[in-house]
Formats: sequence, C-alpha cells, structure tokens
Amino acid sequence: MADAQSLKQLVLGRKDVQDLSDNEAELPPELMTVNMGPSHPAMHGTVRIVLTVDGEKIVKSDIQPGYLHRCFEKESEYATYTQVFPYTDRLNYVSPMINNVGWAMAAEKLMGLTGKLPKRAEYIRVIVSEMSRITDHATCIGASAMELGAFTPFLYLLKAREWLYELLEKVSGARLTHSYARVGGVSKDLPLDFDHDLTQCLDKIDGVVVDVEKMLLSNKIFYDRVVGIGAMTKEDAIKTGCAGPIARSCGVDYDVRRDFPYSVYPELDFDVPLGTTGDCYDRYLVRLEELRQSSRILRQCLKQIPDGAIMSDDHRVALPPKKDTYNTIESMIRHFKHIMDGIRVPAGEGYAFLEGGNGELGFFVVSDGTGRPYKAYCRSPSFVHLSTASQLIHDHYIADVVPIFGMINMIGGECDK
Amino acid sequence: MSKQALDALAAKFPSAVARTGSANSDEIAWIKRDDLLAVATWLRDDPAMAFDSPVFCTCIDWLDYRPVGRPPSEHWNESKPRFTVCYQLRSVAKKHRIRLEIEVPENDPRLPSLADLWPAFDWQERETFDMYGIRFDGHPDLRRIYLYEEFVGYPLRKDYPKEKRQPLVRRDDLPINPLRPLKKEHH
Amino acid sequence: MGLELSTTRLEDAAKWAKQSKLARIPEWGRKFSLFTYPFVTACCGMEFMSVAAPKYDIARFGAEFPRFSPRQSDLLMIVGTITEKQGPALKRVYDQMAEPKWVIAFGVCASTGGFYQNYHAMPGADQVIPVDVYIPGCPPRPEQVLDALILLMDRIQDGRGHSQLRLKRDAMIAAQEAQTGDE
Repeated sequence: MADAQSLKQLVLGRKDVQDLSDNEAELPPELMTVNMGPSHPAMHGTVRIVLTVDGEKIVKSDIQPGYLHRCFEKESEYATYTQVFPYTDRLNYVSPMINNVGWAMAAEKLMGLTGKLPKRAEYIRVIVSEMSRITDHATCIGASAMELGAFTPFLYLLKAREWLYELLEKVSGARLTHSYARVGGVSKDLPLDFDHDLTQCLDKIDGVVVDVEKMLLSNKIFYDRVVGIGAMTKEDAIKTGCAGPIARSCGVDYDVRRDFPYSVYPELDFDVPLGTTGDCYDRYLVRLEELRQSSRILRQCLKQIPDGAIMSDDHRVALPPKKDTYNTIESMIRHFKHIMDGIRVPAGEGYAFLEGGNGELGFFVVSDGTGRPYKAYCRSPSFVHLSTASQLIHDHYIADVVPIFGMINMIGGECDK
Repeated sequence: MSKQALDALAAKFPSAVARTGSANSDEIAWIKRDDLLAVATWLRDDPAMAFDSPVFCTCIDWLDYRPVGRPPSEHWNESKPRFTVCYQLRSVAKKHRIRLEIEVPENDPRLPSLADLWPAFDWQERETFDMYGIRFDGHPDLRRIYLYEEFVGYPLRKDYPKEKRQPLVRRDDLPINPLRPLKKEHH
Repeated sequence: MGLELSTTRLEDAAKWAKQSKLARIPEWGRKFSLFTYPFVTACCGMEFMSVAAPKYDIARFGAEFPRFSPRQSDLLMIVGTITEKQGPALKRVYDQMAEPKWVIAFGVCASTGGFYQNYHAMPGADQVIPVDVYIPGCPPRPEQVLDALILLMDRIQDGRGHSQLRLKRDAMIAAQEAQTGDE
C-alpha cells in the first residue's frame, strides 16, 4: 500500500494523494491521435490510417489511400489496347493474369467478340486465372498469418507460390508481371508437358494447404486473435458494394463465375464457399476453401482442354501469320498498322467484369474508334473494401487493425490504380 | 432481365429519363440531373427493382471526343455538356444491372450525392471529385482521396497534361530541381 | 593539396576512400549484418518476399531480419514505385535512420520511374534521397536482387557508400579546419 501511494505521488506530483479516491487518481482519459503511416509493415502496400484512440480502443479512423496512385487511367489514354496490358498487370499484382484477362474481355466486349474465341484460348485463360487466384489467396493468408506472428505458414505458402511462379514463367515468360492475354486470345501457347507439371504442382500445393491448416485452424492463439474481429453483417456487405471472399464470408452468395458466367466456367464444376459471421476467421476459411476449389477447377481444365488455335482469327484483332507478313505487302501493312495504331475498337462504351481474387473486378472502357481507349476505368474491389475498413476497425483495439487489414486483402496497386 | 428493369424505369419516370440504351449487353439510362435522387431512391427501395449493391461511380470527359467512323454530329462541341457521370448498380436478389448516366455541364459541375443511399459511393464520389472536379452536393466529406491537398487541378480532365508534376519534396543537391529556381552560377 | 570535398561523387571519392587495414574489420562486420528496412510500396514487394523466402534465401547473406523501424535498421530498400505523395514520408524515414546507412532502389520504378511517366509517379527515388545501388527489372528476378546485394556489400567493404563517404568527408573537413586553425 505504501509503495502504491508513493507511485501515485510520483506520477501526480501532489502531496495530498491520500485524499484522492481511486477514481480521481486515475489519469484522465484523453483522445490521442496515432498515425499508422504509409510505410508500415502491416499496411500492405501503402495506406495511411490516422487513428483517434481512447487508450487502445479506436474511436475514429481516417483512412488515406493514394500513396501508390500510378495513374492507370491517364496512362491508358495514351497507350494502345495491347500496350495497356502491362499497366493492368500492375493493378492487382498478386493475381496479374486475372487483370489481363479482364482487360481483354473489356476490349472484346466492345468489338463483339465475347464468346467467339477459340475454345483452347478460353481454357488457357481460365487455367492461368485460377493459378493466379491461388497465388493471391496464398499470399493473403501467408502475409496475414505472418503479421500475427505465425511465420511458418508464411514460408510454406511462399514455397507453394514459388512453384506456381516457375510454372507461370514457363507459360508467359515472367514470374509476376505476365502481360499474357491479348485481345482475342492469349499470346503464347502452353509449353510442352504443362499438364504433367501442373498436376505435380497441384499435388504438392494440396499437401502444403493441409499443413497450413493444421498449423492455423485449431491454433488457440490464432483463433483468439481473429474470431469475432471485424465482423460485418450481410446487409452492410451488400450496401457497401463488397464482393468476393469478404462478402461470401458474410453469407452473401455472389460469385461472378457462377452468377454471370463468362468464358468456359459453365462447363466447369466448382463450389462457392460461404461463411456465416463475416469476421476475420470466416474470411480466412473462405479463402482457404477457395484455394482448394481453384485447384479442383484446374484439374478439370487440364482434362477438358481441347487442341486448337490460341488466338481468334478475326482480322481486326489477330496479327497476320508470319509467312504472309514477310511475303505479301498487304499483310505487312496490316501488321504495321496493327502494332502502331492499335486494335480499332468501334466507338461505344462497355463494362466487362469478372471474378478477381478480391471480388468483382471490372473494366469500364469508352472507345472513340481509334486504337487507343478514350477512357479506361478499373473498378477495383480493393478500393471498395478499403472504404469499409473504417467501420470495421471501429471499437476495436489497435492490435486488431492488423488481422482486419490483412484479411481485407487490400492490394495497393489495385486500390490506388 | 435487365432490359425489363430499364423499361420499368422509363415507364415510372418518363420525364427524368432522357433516353435509354442497350449497348454491348449493358443497360444504360440517361437521367436528368435534377431527378437523380428521386430515381435512385426508387431504384433502391422498390421491391421489383431492388438495386441494393453499388458497383462503381466514374465520370467521362468528352472534350476530345471525335469518334472515327461516326458522323460529325456525334463529335463533341461546346454546346454539349462536357462531363457524364456514370453510376453502375446491381441487384443481388434479382441479378440485374443498370447504369445511370447523368450529363453535367462544365460551368456548373455539381451533382447530388448518392452517398447516403449506398455507402460505397462515398469514396467513389471523392475519387471522381479528385480526378475530374465534379462537386457532389450533400456528400459528408468531400476532399481529395488519391492526390495530396496541395495538388492544383484535376488530372483526369483531358486538358491536364499527363506529365505535369507538382512535386512536394526534392533533394537539395539535385542539379535540376523543380522546387528551386535555376541559379545563374553553379559551384 | 586541395581536396575536392564539396562533393560525394563516387569518382572523386576513390581518391580518399582508401582504408587502412584496421578499418576494414568493422566494414566487414557491417556488410554481413545488414538490417533492412523494406520500404515496400508495390509489386516489387512480391519479389522481395520471394527473395526472403526459402528458395532465394537472403538469410545466407546475413540480411534476413527486416527491422520495421528506421532507427534500428541500416539498409533502406525502396521496393516499388515512389509517388509524389509518398515523397515526404520517404524523406522522413531516411532522415530518421542513423549513419552509416545505405539505400537500394529495388525495381525500375524506384530507380528511374519505370514506364510510369505521369503526374504522380516520381521519376526515381533518387529525386529525394541518395541511392547506392539501383536494381532494374519490373520486377527484378530474385537473382538480380542478390547480385545487387553482393555489389552493395563490396561497396560497403570499400567504404564507398554515399553515407560512408559523407562521414569520411565530414571527418576530413573537420581535420582540415583543425589544421588551418592551428596555423
């Protein structure tokens, strides 16, 4: 008792401490402003959150994105349709193939080529999209687990991601920024022995997923940190435009691949996992299950993929065959105009959307008939989800910002375009 | 299915809907600016429409629009409004989609805000304001979202040059420093 | 002799960067125990994670542990695009680091701006802070990153990083002034 009193004396600097009641002797609460700055280990990419906290409880938060605004829209207006593909790679850089396919779909929609591509091209697009989806979910789960202290699942999932990167490098030439899809198909065919390599890879990845599950699923520490954190109701998820794993973890049954099917998804058989409470634990479970479903889709694709062309032979989008380019003047001119002026997309506007790693990813393109888009807007799911983060972290502790933020899977490039 | 939604909208608000269109399997309705709130509220609350989920909000600047292969009457000229703000909505239950397009003139770039009806449009309208300069009346917190406060101008407008930088900080010993006037003599 | 002390340009620094045998030991220690501050912004962050991952292990070079505080780290890896909005934050982080410190510009966006030439992407991080090693690539392969790390380690050993040269120059200016003060 004596040293508690002397401590209070020291802190409050008063002599008549024994007259104060315990309530009054407590330090008065004052709201404090804490900055989780743009450079922060848990702010994937760069986002600044200015928190107003009462003790450790968050009272108000101001989320400021835009530190990675790389002007995708403005750059697209100065690039031809094919030159925009590298810019789309860098939007959602953990699943870049999906962005490429989305942009190709947007341009094809304006040209009226939707559904008229060769079957093999469609299957290849689905294969690489699902591989990218696996890398997206693996990176999200791994990085979020690491931020909570679980370093081993991170390394295991990165090991799995590395195998997929090697395969994607064999397919497209680059590990991360592929620029693989083209308007009207894909740019290169799959390499030899691809189905053997991919099947082996998927078997190994299934093993890794089982290991990660064992480490995290019933781990009390992980469970305590994520259950009940950042819960969102179904109505809120719909009103705020959430889609993808976040909405599905709240119980919203919406998956673009099943509800507005595109490409060859009607011929494939897969389940859409749904959660119940919408907290971080459900999001983690939904993502893990989607990883398994992507693996299932890939195995079906490898069985069903037909032989054939990888690019539509529509003259407006396809380059002429090399033999003609080098031997006839008409083909050479066509090749030249195709590369220099770009694909002539008829004037109009259109919105093409697909299921990205985070939800509904869409491209709204306005064309003026030339080879360069007049306007190319990317509807990025991360931007929409980040706007809900403010209400999700309300009334939680500062330490809860980390799992909430991790499980939203905000990708800086996509959020800030 | 979305076509029926479009027809129902045109039937309910014949004066507000300037025209409707169906292009590239998208359903579009051009709405007059003054009736936007009424139309949007009806679209959200009416049980047959049930557009409860927002998709995106953006703006098109028609300043340089000269479409190839179209008659010159479709080119943009000073008499036409310069901006068109687009809102895309979808319905979870009915699975239909609609796009509302509202024409906004350059001399009065204001529009009623839909952030109260659909919270997602809060940030999306801030982005449209940041990039194009369209002011949304009734928005809870209209300020720049992507760019910093010191930035002057609206970059996605067609008359903003792509490479015009407005740097905040530069190293002191840079030989060509945009933040400092050129000295006559260098050491 | 008139020392060109008004510059830390590496070509001029070769004249006075020679070290005594004893000075090589702390530099040897520094180069094998780099604590990185990964200033991760964009896609290159994925390749940074791959470099730290088991396959292209960066731990074998001693640079495994990222210290997420500038006060505790000595290697600032600028991973990804730097935008104008991010400039003040980057400068502040760099200023908070204690000397000697080194900077690697990871990726072509941090080196020169990459293929982003627009109103927001800064044309290279060296507009704001001095950079020791530039790694081109979009994103660079992990082998390129390890090669750059070895290059930086050679620089550290020779004492030719920007920060080390600055410290050396300040020491020499102080010594020169003390000498002229005595006279």
